[in-house]
Amino acid sequence: MNDMSPIKASQNSDRETGLLNLSRRRFLGVSAGALVLGVALPSGAGRALAQAAAPAIEAGTRVNAYIEIRPDSSVLFRSAFIEGGQGIFTAMAQIVGEELDVDPARFVVEAAPPGPDYLLIGGFRFTGGSMSVRMSYEKMRKLGASARLMVLQAAAARMNVPVSELTTEPGRVLHAASGRALSYGELAQQAAALAVPADAPLRAKSDFRWIGKPLARLDVRDKSTGKAQYAIDLRVDGMLHAAVQHARHLGAEPQAITNEAQVLAMPGVHSVHRLPGAVGVVADSWWRARRAAESLQVTWTAAAQGTKGAMPEDYSTERHRDGLKAMTGDGLEAEVSGDATKALAGAKTVIEATYDAPHLAHAQLEPPSALARWNEDGTLELWAPNQAPEMFQAAAAKVAGIDPSKVIIHSPLLGGFFGRHFLYASANPFPQAILLSKAVGKPIKLVWSREEEFLRDALRPMAVARFRAGLDEKGMPVALSAVAVGEGATGRWFGRQPDKVDSSAVEGIVEKLYAIPNRRVGHIHVDDPAVIGFWRSVGHSMNDFFYETFFDEMADAGKQDPYELRHRLLSESPRQQTLLEAVADLSGGWRRGPYQADDGTRRARGVAMASPFGSEVATIAEVSLRGEEAVVHQVWVAVDPGSIVNPAIVEAQINSAVAIGLSIALMEEVVYEEGVPRARNYDGYPILPPDRMPKVHVRIIESGAPMGGIGEPGVPGVPPAVVNALAVLTGKRVRSLPLSRASLTGSI
Amino acid sequence: MQLTINGQSHQVEIEPDTPLLWVLRDTLGLTGTKYGCGLAQCGACTVLIDGQATRACVTPIESVAGTEIVTIEAITGDAEGRRVVEAWVDHQVPQCGYCQSGQVMAATALLKQTPQPTEEDIAAAMINLCRCGTYNAIASAVRQAAKV
Ligand code: FES
Ligand code: FES
Repeated sequence: MNDMSPIKASQNSDRETGLLNLSRRRFLGVSAGALVLGVALPSGAGRALAQAAAPAIEAGTRVNAYIEIRPDSSVLFRSAFIEGGQGIFTAMAQIVGEELDVDPARFVVEAAPPGPDYLLIGGFRFTGGSMSVRMSYEKMRKLGASARLMVLQAAAARMNVPVSELTTEPGRVLHAASGRALSYGELAQQAAALAVPADAPLRAKSDFRWIGKPLARLDVRDKSTGKAQYAIDLRVDGMLHAAVQHARHLGAEPQAITNEAQVLAMPGVHSVHRLPGAVGVVADSWWRARRAAESLQVTWTAAAQGTKGAMPEDYSTERHRDGLKAMTGDGLEAEVSGDATKALAGAKTVIEATYDAPHLAHAQLEPPSALARWNEDGTLELWAPNQAPEMFQAAAAKVAGIDPSKVIIHSPLLGGFFGRHFLYASANPFPQAILLSKAVGKPIKLVWSREEEFLRDALRPMAVARFRAGLDEKGMPVALSAVAVGEGATGRWFGRQPDKVDSSAVEGIVEKLYAIPNRRVGHIHVDDPAVIGFWRSVGHSMNDFFYETFFDEMADAGKQDPYELRHRLLSESPRQQTLLEAVADLSGGWRRGPYQADDGTRRARGVAMASPFGSEVATIAEVSLRGEEAVVHQVWVAVDPGSIVNPAIVEAQINSAVAIGLSIALMEEVVYEEGVPRARNYDGYPILPPDRMPKVHVRIIESGAPMGGIGEPGVPGVPPAVVNALAVLTGKRVRSLPLSRASLTGSI
Repeated sequence: MQLTINGQSHQVEIEPDTPLLWVLRDTLGLTGTKYGCGLAQCGACTVLIDGQATRACVTPIESVAGTEIVTIEAITGDAEGRRVVEAWVDHQVPQCGYCQSGQVMAATALLKQTPQPTEEDIAAAMINLCRCGTYNAIASAVRQAAKV
């Protein structure tokens, strides 16, 4: 269970080819059509999925797997995607309700169990990569339309009239000729028994009543009155509570517990258990379990030499950063166009700069937990926060030593995720809950304290990028060379091929649209000693900062306005150029500053572009200095996701992305010293507090391009926009985040 | 020990230094009040004690015997609380929602003490963390709730 090795590639899986190209999740250089997730799944998950997929069930087509029309004509909908604040349950209700002809407000949405019907992401299932709506939109529309046709067919049989004489209005079938009507609820049973029709007609876009409208979210009232239940809130009969004390250094194992007898005598304590890499205490309440777990005096054996994934006892982030910065060479080629070396040699001016970004914690507000119950029929029931039920099912089966079909996974609402709840060996509490529940023969709810969470979270990797740019005599960039250094989360968890660049390590530096004729992007892989994972906007969360901030350095070196230079270099990319103009317009016209605001502060603005997860984003930030502290007053974001389902949710997600983007620009970093993170709670790892939240202005542009993501794309543009504005105020370039580490003085 | 929670009296037999949060959540099953940090950092555990916003994770039960404790479960039984909840719904404040019990309680306490809060009052009272960044929506909702 404490297996810290990466999820193994099953190289011969027949899922490896022919699946969809997962855009930003793919490895660069993998031959067309190959799929990273195909090389990816743990063999257990692969088997579970293969079994599940056996008799040619086409995901997203079987109406009854998703839709249950209840007697009162409301709809119970099982979502393939997990709700964690991004609004996916509401979006699903809008999409399906539109075609089914049921008001989305009459939907109750819950997370679907594991199963072949829900593998909507190219034969797999996860909630992430800002993919949920864009990967399922057409299928979910068809599903709703098929369900409506089934209801119509049931009504036709009941009324003894042809389907062509029937129409629907929300929740009802009407027969205009006879004035008869039947509710969906009355027809539900009969409809559910029918075969799914192949050719249900879709509504014309011009007739949409709910898709594209700012509908109220389905979960808001429950979440405003404390009724929403998260994994941490669940309780089953006979359940005991558990807390753990982890080894300070990942890879160490418990050896002796010197005060076990005293701890066992503490009030409410049921038992003490040695677990892989941890010691657990079971008690009648969590507080008692936690107190006991913290009181345990445990000696730990150091990880055996060469233990994969073990945290070196002398690890320091500072030293790791220095190591990344010291790497020389051009690295594996990730992207090339023209001849950057030659163009640099012939350039009038050459500038260079090295950037870095720290490890980050997810810091979602709900600490991880898991509730495990062994049932009498030999099944294991598990409630656990997760973004990928089938993968958790397979992993849980392995821990429990039973067949995946015997693991019943529930996927509760997530109290924030941002990438936290993927399957990361050593970062998920459910294996411990399974073992504890088995040991005590009772259901166990295990909660990780905030401190244990900060000790075992899977971090956003640390990274460094070195840039060189060549400018011609007019100050126009003619060459750009970038070398990114570090490790990508995709490679860590889905198998890295040493001769291939992991796209998650370079996304945001590659595929930039600026017309710079000679470009080369390289990557140098360096193992990150920390457990790394996916963090909201993944590689973009740092790489767009690196690139877009260096872009302003190029502009300054060439004596060009950074907005104008972007605009010029995007003249062949009308979608992005329009977006840039839109964000300028939204902000009242581009002005870099510095200028004096009405309140007397001296302000400046910075701009940044990003192309994350199939969407396009342009961001402007307005900043001033208060003493040595950056104050961000306003952020304007123009976003083009192609087309959208709910503008209110998009706007909320952009607000959320600005908050987290600003938080990482200003204050977030995980610091390890001697193999241990310095911060174990929010006091040492501050996240953006309310008084530092800027005003956020959003403009959504639906260009009609293929649908892009929404949850993550707002993040990457914020740090560079802020740092670019700061450079105007201070005359100095900050090349390392967070800003709280930099000395900021208004020197110009 | 005798605790009055949401108008009901409860007899609780547990160590007197147990934080109120865990008595609410584990002993009484009132899980609307959330655990975020346990260290008075985030405010997810905010409840009202005699009308004051209080962080239950660092409030030993021995210190609240004889007080009126109100949790999110009773929010709509309170006039200010109802207004706050309606404003939260109107402004579609929650995202993941995990911090929102605490936010609603903090806003309710503010309006009880300061029915007409200034922007400064709002900023001073609404200090709970939200990782989803719903701060602007929270401020708008508080303004609306204060206007009635
Ligand atoms: S849980 Fe009490 S303040 Fe965070
Ligand atoms: S809504 Fe998610 S933490 Fe506030």
